[in-house]
Amino acid sequence: MSEHQTLVEARGVGKMYGSVKALDDVSVTVNAGEVTCVLGDNGAGKSTLIKILAGVHQHDFGHLLIGGEEVRLSSPRDALDRGIATVYQDLAVVPLMSVWRNFFLGSEPRKSIGPLKIIDSRGARDTARKALAELGINLRNVEQPVGTLSGGERQCVAIARAVHFGAKVLILDEPTAALGVKQAGIVLRQVAAARDRGLGVVLITHNPHHAYPVGDRFLLLKRGAALGNYEKADISLEELTRQMAGGAELEALEHELRGVEG
Amino acid sequence: MSAGSTAVVPELARPPRLVDRLVARPEIGSLLGAVLVFVFFTLITDQFLTVKGVSNWLDDASTLGIMAVTVAMLMIGGEFDLSTGVNTASTGLVTGILATQAHWNVWLALLVSLVFALLVGLVNGLLVVRTGLPSFIITLGMFLALQGLNLGVTRAVTGNVQISGVGAAHGYESAGYFLASTFRIGGTPFPVSILWWIGATALLSGVLLKTRFGNWVFAAGGAPLQARAVGVPVRSTKVALFMLTGLGAWLVGNINVLRYTTVQANQGIGLELQYIVAAVIGGCLMTGGFGSVVGAAIGALLFGMVRQGIVFADWNSDWFMLFLGVLLLVAVLANDVFRRRAERMRR
Repeated sequence: MSEHQTLVEARGVGKMYGSVKALDDVSVTVNAGEVTCVLGDNGAGKSTLIKILAGVHQHDFGHLLIGGEEVRLSSPRDALDRGIATVYQDLAVVPLMSVWRNFFLGSEPRKSIGPLKIIDSRGARDTARKALAELGINLRNVEQPVGTLSGGERQCVAIARAVHFGAKVLILDEPTAALGVKQAGIVLRQVAAARDRGLGVVLITHNPHHAYPVGDRFLLLKRGAALGNYEKADISLEELTRQMAGGAELEALEHELRGVEG
Repeated sequence: MSAGSTAVVPELARPPRLVDRLVARPEIGSLLGAVLVFVFFTLITDQFLTVKGVSNWLDDASTLGIMAVTVAMLMIGGEFDLSTGVNTASTGLVTGILATQAHWNVWLALLVSLVFALLVGLVNGLLVVRTGLPSFIITLGMFLALQGLNLGVTRAVTGNVQISGVGAAHGYESAGYFLASTFRIGGTPFPVSILWWIGATALLSGVLLKTRFGNWVFAAGGAPLQARAVGVPVRSTKVALFMLTGLGAWLVGNINVLRYTTVQANQGIGLELQYIVAAVIGGCLMTGGFGSVVGAAIGALLFGMVRQGIVFADWNSDWFMLFLGVLLLVAVLANDVFRRRAERMRR
């Protein structure tokens, strides 16, 4: 129980946008020390599910349990206070600001000099450097602008920040989407590092090749509904890829195209 | 490093090159420029590096510099304020009219003038963050409105377009001591505005680099959405910055009205651009999120040195604008190179 304690569980959650059902009867479990991958094409409902878990939207149907207790998250702040941190692909960092300033942005450590409260910049630099090093990112100069880091490293700064500030559940929204192979590798290593520290990680992606090596369970979404919910032992990479790619639909299309050729 | 160690040193672990660290300092360009100008005018004129000469160009730079450092803060926060120049006249007129026409004590007039200045900033700020319109156009509106108000009210109250006789008002001596007196170095008088300029620069630089609010200023200007996502109150930070430029206009406007004991209703027009130029020369990006308070102060110093240096050199003052334009272009080009380096998004 202590090893893979369930941190967050969604049971049959659904969401309406006006009269459109964006998400319908989807269940997902996030365990401590495990990576739950949410896969799906554009418009499959990944973002809606994530926004419910992150407190941006509220679910209209079903149940959301955090630490076994049924809750309705009122805001991203509420989610954060319950230990759920979300790293958005484009909203991770401020490029022109230094690494350490980004790391502590919004939660700056301060010290008092007489009646004045100023940022403890030396402490902040050291802490940021150490926190990054613990996740395997070695920066000698945390004074450099984050914009000079590579895409993968920028995501890592955001991930390290969430881990440092005590997140128990880490939601990563398409962290590898805009990255090359090598950069995606850096981020996936971070995902594994966070998992090994006992965090529950939710990894959203449309790339099964990124999901499979680090994932423990896989939720496939399509048009707002669950297409499948697998443990790693129950599905192979080939099968995951086939289902992601549209599976039967693609075979039908291939058949059709061959027919046209002939 | 031992011969056996073949581990690849990742690019990030390498110590930063000196040139990279220097380029990362936003004020480096203005500092180089200031040294060049200083040496140039010291060599070609006799008076530039005399106590009287120094007093001259520091005086010229001081009121410009007080505004430039507040404008720099606002620009780092990602916004413009075009109403600052005219507002230095408005704040002086409020004090002047209350002191000479309503016969108020100067201190009380200063207090009302302060409330007025902060209100102008508050209105600018609230309009910008509530509407999401560019601050350029909002504060252009404020610029025109204040310009009309300055002339209209002054003419309505006095029948002409200037306020004079502030020196005879109650409390002038003590208020003037703080804002418009001089101190002597080697027998030469230096206006106290120089001390206000240095003080404002030190204070705001500390706030920008050492406080939580300063961190929020960088973030609000650099990437407001990202900043909000991690809990930075972007809107109130920006409103506070607009009120800061109002505060600067209050200080400068009242330094002027107490020093000259008279204020023209059409004063200050065009100065708003000089403040922005000084801030940009000091390393502020037009797009926000990057810059330096100390740089803006050096930008103002450059201004003062060039303007007075040209007088000492007996050149026609027409050349000042040419010089200024070239300086601004060089500064903007240099800043742009930096921005590309910093924002170069590697994949």
